Amino acid sequence: MLVSRPIDPSALLERVARTANGATVLFVGTVRELNEGRAVTGIEYAAYRSMAERELTAIVAEAVALFQTDDIAVEHRIGELTLGDCSVAVAAAHPRRAQAFDAARHVVEELKKRVPIWKLEHYADGTREWVNAGSGLAVGAATEGDRP
Amino acid sequence: MTVTVLLFASYADALGSSALQLDLPPGSTVRELVNRVRALGGAERLPPSPMVAVNERYATSERILGAGDEVALIPPVAGG
Repeated sequence: MLVSRPIDPSALLERVARTANGATVLFVGTVRELNEGRAVTGIEYAAYRSMAERELTAIVAEAVALFQTDDIAVEHRIGELTLGDCSVAVAAAHPRRAQAFDAARHVVEELKKRVPIWKLEHYADGTREWVNAGSGLAVGAATEGDRP
Repeated sequence: MTVTVLLFASYADALGSSALQLDLPPGSTVRELVNRVRALGGAERLPPSPMVAVNERYATSERILGAGDEVALIPPVAGG
């Protein structure tokens, strides 16, 4: 689910395609040129790879159970990306559209909360910063339990 | 007992390392490990209670560690 090569969103669509499904939602996240008012030229994604794979697997399993579809595919890219590159893609398919939308959204939102991936933004002025690094206490710091 | 500490992103930059071996007394908790790491040079940028994973699962600061555990200090995540 973590890949070091470019993501092909259409390949994810193919993985969830079944004739039982009447709705397929594809989310594609791309590198944006502006963040918090600063001109971005690229992003380097880093990960705790083994745990990130484990968390992504758990998130997909949750979505499978919650929205009753087996047809969910996700890829997140790691490494150096430039503007417009796809950093993450999620495809979710279901007989009905509501569950397809909800399943795709669940995977994206939980990924952003829990999967140990970080981004080092490169700015037009030549500086680089880890995104959220200055946010002080981590979300999970005051949380008891297995999940932040 | 020896445990492995993994550091990532801003925490790895702060400590100038992505992995350390720490020798801790048996029965030590995540909190005690974090306090040891925070006493190292460069670690002033680490929060007092960072998010932690033990053997690839999120854990609380009260979690008791065992020999050979892999303890990751997890900076605020930013995937997507």
